[in-house]
This record gives sequence, structure tokens and C-alpha cells, in this order.
Amino acid sequence: MDFLGIFNSSISFIIAPTTIAYALATLGLALHFGFGGLLNMGMAGFMALGAYGYAIGILSFGLPWYFAAFVGIAASIVFALILGIPTLRLRGDYLAIVTIAAAEIVRLVLLSSAFGGLTGSADGLSGFNGPGGTVTNPTVGAGGFNDSNPIPPGEYGFVPFLDNERTWYLRIVGIIILGLAIFVVWRLVNSPWGRVIKGIREDEDAVRSLGKNVFAYKMQALIIGGVLGALGGLMLAFSTNVNSSVYVTSLTFFLWTALLLGGAATVFGPLAGSIIFWVLQAFLGLVFPALAEAGLMPFTTIQAAQIKYIIVGFALVLLVVFRPQGIFGNKKELTFVK
Amino acid sequence: MRTMSTMRRKASRLASAVGAFVLAFGVLGLASPAQADVVNPEMPFKISGNVQNKGEPIAGVTINFAGGGGFAATVVTDADGKFTAGVPEKLADYTVTVDETTLPDGIAVIDNPATEFIEANVQTVTVGPGGRVTMNFFIGQGERHVTSMFDQVVQRLISGLNFGLMLALASVGLSLIYGTTGISNFAHAELVTFGAIATFGLVAVMGEGLLWLAIPIALVLSGVLGWGVDAALWAPLRRRGMGLVQLMIVSIGLSLGIRYTYQFFIGGKTEQLPGSGAERFNLFGSVSLSIIDIVSMGVSVLIIIVFAWWLSASKIGKATRAISDNPSLAASSGIDVDGVVRIVWIIGSVLAGFSGILWAYFRPGIRWDMGGQILLLIFAATTLGGLGTAYGALVGSLIVGILVEGSSLFIPSDLKYVGALVVLIGILLFRPQGILGRKERVG
Repeated sequence: MDFLGIFNSSISFIIAPTTIAYALATLGLALHFGFGGLLNMGMAGFMALGAYGYAIGILSFGLPWYFAAFVGIAASIVFALILGIPTLRLRGDYLAIVTIAAAEIVRLVLLSSAFGGLTGSADGLSGFNGPGGTVTNPTVGAGGFNDSNPIPPGEYGFVPFLDNERTWYLRIVGIIILGLAIFVVWRLVNSPWGRVIKGIREDEDAVRSLGKNVFAYKMQALIIGGVLGALGGLMLAFSTNVNSSVYVTSLTFFLWTALLLGGAATVFGPLAGSIIFWVLQAFLGLVFPALAEAGLMPFTTIQAAQIKYIIVGFALVLLVVFRPQGIFGNKKELTFVK
Repeated sequence: MRTMSTMRRKASRLASAVGAFVLAFGVLGLASPAQADVVNPEMPFKISGNVQNKGEPIAGVTINFAGGGGFAATVVTDADGKFTAGVPEKLADYTVTVDETTLPDGIAVIDNPATEFIEANVQTVTVGPGGRVTMNFFIGQGERHVTSMFDQVVQRLISGLNFGLMLALASVGLSLIYGTTGISNFAHAELVTFGAIATFGLVAVMGEGLLWLAIPIALVLSGVLGWGVDAALWAPLRRRGMGLVQLMIVSIGLSLGIRYTYQFFIGGKTEQLPGSGAERFNLFGSVSLSIIDIVSMGVSVLIIIVFAWWLSASKIGKATRAISDNPSLAASSGIDVDGVVRIVWIIGSVLAGFSGILWAYFRPGIRWDMGGQILLLIFAATTLGGLGTAYGALVGSLIVGILVEGSSLFIPSDLKYVGALVVLIGILLFRPQGILGRKERVG
């Protein structure tokens, strides 16, 4: 069994584009739930809109990639408004069901063959990052995200972070976006605005009696968190094709696991949680099949690859029961208000 | 012109099950790309689809493609009725022709049952800006061309009623559990799946002839599972006084854990219970039913009547409603809240398990995430009727069932669940307490 290989692959997830995408979306969830007390179970929908808005902007409307990225962000803002206006007055668990349903509506519409010309239906969309377009139409995707890469072709870094110029460009762009996002959220939650938001989480009526417009604050939190989710979706779209089978309810649940792992009411918890989640996922996803192949576990390798998801589920249960504040959270700032 | 090569790729069983499933149901679950018979895989854009006869794939059908610049290609559908052809240009029209001589005798290309468009064996498709297009051919006997609107409506209503009764079995349990414990139990979907998987496992052990015995045993096992989960997890958490949001997230984790455990054991494929392909017989016009549909509706109605009697007349049923109304008052008037909650979990699980068996026949097929596919519809039904009210869940389920099935008369069938989800959001907007709920429940 190649322990070093498994170890290296797992460690490389510390700065993988997927990890950065998760960290961005989880940061959005932290703002929604950890600081604002909004039980958003539809983060996958925000991510899907970010990714599809970007891809459709390029493929169907021929926009440059940086404008298309704003289409994705704008779509998530519109989604937050549509979602928030009717639902922000509802109690927590109702909001959860509405957001999960809204995210499923987004996914089913993207999957439907009725809009296949725009969304690619079950096949999803590809070829929007460039470069070079396709065999017969080289202009498609030219000038896309990949063509904006200033790094000369080649392999850079050291094992386990030895990768080509495209992966490094993705990572650098991702880390810059994530760094800015963390900074903005950190300033926000320590501002007067952040204190109002935390106040709403603890006792909505008390904040209302101080003359604050609770609905407006909640809506602002929903939009900012939603934009962070869309940025996560964009990050996924920068790195690979978009397909509606990615943006399922399970994605939202995995984000929640990462959030609660790091600590819901913290700024760096989402980042730490996403890194731990992905490094462990990669490690378990490789080590169990390797053990099964070596005959050390009585399963097939396909079965062994499923074990990591079972562990995620039960780990989420144990986390919520025994350490609801997460690894880095403060027990005094309990985010589970009754 | 390129030389054409027809490659045959054997689709794995997993991929085919998932693929056929996506096309047939517009699932709420995970989907993965399916493999199909492919021609010109090196070309950048593609046209793909499948050929079905009443949901059954047809293999070995020849399909011809023609386009601008003298492009032509031929592909033969694989064992799952699927085909894929690479094409050189996007934003271009292609003519796709089914060679009807390669179809089995006596059948032809018919209308897409989900739309009212008359479709011929020669069709023009446009490859859009995404570079991919999916098209399906529906094959069947000629008379389905003349299905009247009335027949379709009746067929959809019956189907919706069947679906709604099945949903009702799952949602009354969810609603009672919510009413007595406050848990929005996302793991209810896994209780639904459990009934079907347990039946499947028992039939595999005992033989198909003992299905009548396997179902009651599976229901007993469902009850044991409900009791076990309550005793091991929910009862201790109740005693700790855990908040509702925490309980909900615990149920989500539990749902994920159990769901992937099912996948661990039965894999990603779709299995069938005995008798699921039962012959359909005509009632009138083109309205048809199978014996399974009739039995399933009859038994559902019976169970719901017994359940309603239990809830309204028996001592424990009354205690259940008292706890739903006001748990502390119920406890202080001497009702054993923990004991009643335990019974509610057992009954809710048995009903969910039975609903899972019916769902396995309705879909048809057993899959590890089959419960998750209808979880949101169950929530929609429960919320529509009023969370925490058992009769409301029943009414809500029938409405959702008929809405889902009926809406496919007007909208593409892969969007039929969207209608129910829109109603869910709408009801929370205008009447969050639901049809039969009371206002003070909405905090």
C-alpha cells in the first residue's frame, strides 16, 4: 500500500480549489447561521447560481469571463431577495425547509431538458474557461479564465504541492478571493452592523425594541452570505465543468458539517473546517479502498469508498451533540438558540 | 468527410440505472453521468438521448444523423436504449431519424407522454450554445397518438391519488413526530427507504412466493428501527433539553449516515420487488391500472382509516394529541410523555416503512436514496396541511400527490416536483400554519 502517496494526495487538499470553494461557501453559511442565526439549508442553490450564471454568461451571451462572474454573483443576489422577502419572517426550522426547497427548485430547473439549450440539461456545461475553444470553433472560450493566466507553462512547487501553471493560477486566485472575503466578514462582524446581527441571533425582539429594522438586517446578511456562496460556486466553475448533479442537497449538508466542525460563529472556523473536512475526506476516500484492495478489510473497493460518507453523517451527529460550538468556537457564543 | 466508427461501450449497471432513472423521473437525488453507445466521440459537441417503450429501454435501434456540410453518422442504441453522437458544429440544426424497421414489430415512434407534441421518427434538433442536446424517442403502440385529454386527466388523477396516499403514510408519521417532539426529522426519508430495503432483503432470503409474509416482517423491523433510534438517540437528547435547531441538524447527520450505509450494502443500482412489472389492464379509453396500484391504494386507505381511529378514539391516540397541543400540560396531567413519544416513533416508522414499500412499486425500483427523493415532497405535504397535525398531513399529501402528477400534463415531466416545492414556499408565505394548523404554532 502506497502510504506516502495517500498522505501526499490528502495533504494537497489543504489548498485545493475545491477546498477553497467550500471555505467560501461555508464562510457564507457562518454569516447566515453562525452570526445571523438564519438557518439556510439552500447554500447549494446559491453556489449553483454562481457557477451557472458564470458559464451561461460566457457560453450563451458571449460575455468576457470577468463580467460573466458578476452575472453569477448578481443571480445569487436576486435569489437571496426572492427567497428572503417571503421567508425571513418565519421561524428557524421553517426557513430551513423553504431554503432547501428553493435550492432543489434551482437544481431541478437547471437539470430539466426544457431549458437544455441554455443549461446543458443533465450534461451540464463545459468549455467556458478556454483556452482555445474547440476543434471547429477556436474562438469559443478564447480569452477565458485560463487565458488570463500570467504564469508561464510548467510545473511549480514541491511535493505534495507540485502542479502545473493552471492549478497554481486557480489556487492563487482562490486564495486572494478567500482572503478578501475573510477580511470583509471579519470587519463586518466586528462592526456595529455585526453586533446588531448577533443581537438578532440571540433575541430578535430585543433588537426590534431598540428600533432596528430586523428584516433589513437579516436580508443584508442573507445577501452577503449568498454572494459568498456564489463565489464558492464560481471557484468550482473556474476549476471544472458545471453540472447540476454537484449542487445537490448533500452538498449543503457537507458545507454544514465543515461549518460546525470549525465553529459556526467564528471567522476562521469555516476555513479550518473546510480544510479538515477535505483532507479527511481525501484521506478516508483513499485509505479505505487501499485497505480493501490489500485484503485488510472485508469489503469491495467500491464499498470502501462509501465509508467516508457514512463517517461524515455520524460525525455530524456527534459534533452537534457533543461539541456544538465546533473546534474553534467559544462555548459562550452558542449559536443554537432555542 | 470523417470516417465513421461505431464504438460499443458496455455501460456499467450502476451508470445505466442512474441514467435511465434521471430521464424517467427527474429525480431529487444524486445523478451521475451515464455511458451510452457513442459514435464520433472525438467531435466537440454532442447529441444524446434514449429510446424507450413505456419506460423500458429498447436496444439495437438504428439512429441516423445528418447535418450541414454533408455530415452523417449512424449509431445503434445500447442495452439501456441510449445513444450519443458527436457532431462537429454547435448553433446548428441536425436531422435525427429513427430507422423504424429496426424497431420491434408492431410499434412506432409516438408522442412524448410528457408533452402534447406530435413527434415523428424524423426530428430536427438544434445544438445550442452549450454544445450538447438531449433528445428522447418514445416508442409505443400507435393508438396512444389519440389519447384524449379527458383520459389523460383521469389517468393523472388516479396516479396522483395513488402517489398522494403513499405520501400520506410517510407524512402523518413525520407530522406526529414533529407535533410531539418538535423534531423536523430529515431522517424520515431513511425510514421510508428502510421498509423497501428490508422487504427486498427478506424476499431475497425467503423467496418471492413469501412476499405476503416479508412485508409484515419488514414493517415490524421498521418499528424496531424507529424504537431503536428513539431509545438510542432521541430520548437521551430530549432529556438533555436540546434545542430544536440542534435536533434538526442531528437528524440531517443521521439521515446522511444511514443513507450512505444503505448504499454501502446495496450499492448504487436499482432493484425491483416481485410483481413490480405487473400487467396493466384498461378501465376505459386509455386509462389503465395495474393490480399493484389497486392493492396499494386499497391498503393505504385501510391503514389510514385504522390510524385515524387510533388517533381520535384510543387512549394513547388522545394522549398523543394532548402532547402535540401542549407537552407540559400533558405531562402535568399525568400523561407519560416519554412513553407516548416512543409509541409515536414506532408507529411513524412503521407507516414510513410501508410507504417505502409502496414507493418501491410506484417509482418503480429500490434505491439507496429513494426516500431522499420524496423527502421534500413529504415536508411539503406536512407543511401544507399544517405541521404537527396528522389529518392536515393527510390532506396535504393528497393535494401534493395530485398536483405533482397532474402538473405533468402542462409542464415537462422532469419539472413536476418543482410545482409542489413552489406550493410549499407559497403556503409558508400566505398561510404558514397550513390548511388545518393553528396560528400560534408559527413562532
